[in-house]
Amino acid sequence: MSQPNTPATLLQRREFLQGALGAGGLLALNSLLPAYAATQFAPGLGTVTPPNRRHAADTLMDIAIREQRLELAGQRPKAMTLNNSIPGPVVELYEGQRASLRVTNHLAEDSSIHWHGILLPFEMDGVPGVTFPGIKPGDTFNAEFDVRQYGTYWYHSHSGLQEQLGVYGPMVVHPAEPEPWAYDRDYVVMLSDWTFEDPHRVLANLKGMADYYNFQQRTSEDFIRDARKAGTGAALADRAAWGGMRMMATDIADITGETYTYLMNGLHPAGNWTGLFRPGERVRLRFINGSAMSYFNVRIPGLPMTVIQADGQNIQPVETDEFQIGVAETFDVIVQPQEDAAYTVMAESMDRSGYTRGTLAPRLGMEAAVPPLRERPMRTMVDMGMDMSMGGGHGGMKGMQHGDMPKMKGMDHQGMSGMQGKDTASGSAHGSMAHGMRPSTDMKTSPAISGFAKLSASIPNGQDQAIESRMERAGPVVARHDPDTHGPGNISVATVQRNRLGEPGTGLEDVDHRVLTYADLRNIQPNADTRPVDREIELHLTGNMERYMWSFDGKRFHEVDSTVRFNYGERLRLILVNDTMMEHPIHLHGMFMELENGHDGRLPLKHTLSVKASERASLLITANERGRWAFHCHLLYHMKMGMFRVVEVV
Amino acid sequence: MRYLITLLTCFAAISAIPAYGSDDGVNPRTGAPASWPEPVKRSRFSQFLIDRLEAGFADAEDTNVWDAQGWYGGDVHKGWLKTEGEGAQGEPLESAELQLGYGRMIGRFWDLQVGVRHDFRPDPDRTFLAFGVQGLAPYFFEVDAASFISDDGDVSLRIEAEYELLITQRVILQPRFELNAAVQSVPEAGVGSGVNTTETGLRLRYEISRKFAPYLGFEWTQRYGETADFAREERAPTSVNALVVGVRAWF
Repeated sequence: MSQPNTPATLLQRREFLQGALGAGGLLALNSLLPAYAATQFAPGLGTVTPPNRRHAADTLMDIAIREQRLELAGQRPKAMTLNNSIPGPVVELYEGQRASLRVTNHLAEDSSIHWHGILLPFEMDGVPGVTFPGIKPGDTFNAEFDVRQYGTYWYHSHSGLQEQLGVYGPMVVHPAEPEPWAYDRDYVVMLSDWTFEDPHRVLANLKGMADYYNFQQRTSEDFIRDARKAGTGAALADRAAWGGMRMMATDIADITGETYTYLMNGLHPAGNWTGLFRPGERVRLRFINGSAMSYFNVRIPGLPMTVIQADGQNIQPVETDEFQIGVAETFDVIVQPQEDAAYTVMAESMDRSGYTRGTLAPRLGMEAAVPPLRERPMRTMVDMGMDMSMGGGHGGMKGMQHGDMPKMKGMDHQGMSGMQGKDTASGSAHGSMAHGMRPSTDMKTSPAISGFAKLSASIPNGQDQAIESRMERAGPVVARHDPDTHGPGNISVATVQRNRLGEPGTGLEDVDHRVLTYADLRNIQPNADTRPVDREIELHLTGNMERYMWSFDGKRFHEVDSTVRFNYGERLRLILVNDTMMEHPIHLHGMFMELENGHDGRLPLKHTLSVKASERASLLITANERGRWAFHCHLLYHMKMGMFRVVEVV
Repeated sequence: MRYLITLLTCFAAISAIPAYGSDDGVNPRTGAPASWPEPVKRSRFSQFLIDRLEAGFADAEDTNVWDAQGWYGGDVHKGWLKTEGEGAQGEPLESAELQLGYGRMIGRFWDLQVGVRHDFRPDPDRTFLAFGVQGLAPYFFEVDAASFISDDGDVSLRIEAEYELLITQRVILQPRFELNAAVQSVPEAGVGSGVNTTETGLRLRYEISRKFAPYLGFEWTQRYGETADFAREERAPTSVNALVVGVRAWF
């Protein structure tokens, strides 16, 4: 296991040390400057070694976790840093070589670093309590592994809420063989969210009041506007429908720009991270969402993006104008700006409560217009998993029978081919359909439900019309929920479950340009394992927003009494059903999941899948990595509340 | 007071429940050694909400009122505390009560609560057992309904409901209704049988932050039946319209 200290590795290490010193020197200089100047862009930030200067070698690197004050978003908060910065340094590894990443914990509490998306022996995976006991204060953990892949990844603390405090950084693995695309510049664009509040206080606030940070709620003003458009009755009925369910249509993000400052490579919008280019050059941008809680919608006005990787895995290049990036996902794009002009890299938070931005420019100091924030999106009946085929009558909500099946057009639509041949009892889709549906929320008793539909259907223009047409464009219903409502830790269930892989994501339904969807992702190479599936496992994503409880199958982590067992070598289908009305980015450690999005034989590989509200998503897994692997929602506070399981491959 | 001591002991017991269990061998949730820490630790939270801390201005007399509650615990089990009281400005308190209890989640939106209530005022003081439910009713009504049995066996009932109407993101109109009723008449406490009082209020607050919001409002208090008779004997009004000024805050 021990790593020979070849001259190459020593050299490598010295270079890294110099890099760290350089960064430290910069910090020292920064601290002499006024705050507004200190958080300005420093040249080189986010730069990845360009293709022509890479030399495959083992990587030997020291990473220090510290608590310290540093310049951030125009202030000087106490934070947790990696090698004195937020995010941590770009860790560059080489496929086919060895990595030795020595993490030293200088905190007063236990810590850890997880290498997100990296294939390695599970003992190196860095999840305290699962793969190792954690790193005690003052101790060093050496994560040593053979690098078996390439692409864009990241690393972060898996202890408590340290990730929110700054313990995250980008990781780039360079391929052994030449890549199928060429580019001249290579930048990491790491998006994240920062709060000047104590994250534990943030969580306590949510526990005290679930909509604590939502200052984009519907007010009397919205009511008057809706009443003018659709009539008072319809507007009232719509409010009554949401009220009857005790849920809010404006519940897009738990934590918002009210407390968050959104960062790009550690800089707030005024810091203006800048990536330099010469007109005509091809620029690779490695987008990483290192946020604790924030989804972003990313675009570069005036510049089409060619997406080449998702979660570090090559895909058939697809050109787009915008994409949504869930927490912990990565997307690599290549852009080719031709003009001698600046372009804004715009990342709006999904709920439109804030944004971060950077600039691609031929020279430092340039910037382009920052587009205004677009209107905040709203949840719909599709997100609620409500059955709209019933035409609204509340009596009709009951006892959905097999006879209604033809209304669910597109049953075996793309990607859900996997639905057939299901042989397990775990909430079988077909079984539940035969049983009909049992409405699980109070909406069955709400006579207002018809008005709910009416408002959306009758409002002649504006956002509400958009909502109507969006519901029409929603993915097909592929299954219905069985009678299990998952207990009091879960508010509602996805009565009808849709395949939403072809949808662009919340807030992007109605934009007038191209948006990447999961259905666009097609693996550049054939899937290695073509065996039929041995077994299916179905897990439901559940929660009680009012009480801020989050779980799988209604059970918080401390309530379960077993791991999720995968048999070594078996071929599995993992079905994720999102019973909540919000997105959850679900991450499996240690193994990639093949997303069944219709490109059979060329399914894209994901380490983190954003499952949309009331979506039923299907993933194939080859359980070929022994050990214990964390499996969780990557919204940090959801994980902390118990939306976490351990997968054991034995 | 006996009840109070028992309840305090219960609080201590709840706090002492280990946040996560550990036994020898393997943690069944992780498959890892049980001596390792849990990957996701359970946490407990607390909140102390002063719903009303206000001065009331009416023809008969000006009053001061407080109404607060707090809880500590996890999602399922909570210890809770409620206190409220009222008095004319510059006078001794007319009423002052403290409740302590245990709450358990019984539904998606509801907690069942059992506890002890002690009224330090009016004199003579009284102690009650309290049983209630608290939670969020459909259409976002915050409801707190409890029945009380006094140490003399007298039974009474209190129902409170609040609603929040957003005028803007920070200007919030809060209608509030409270009804008190009793089965038996307790003249020394000024309580008649049947419906005793209703309080109907409307408060307009401005949330400087979620945790601190001054408000202005109006409250109509009405005494009924025998309770109203007792009030007349005391030369106290049976119906009061008051302007109220106060703050809502939580910690």
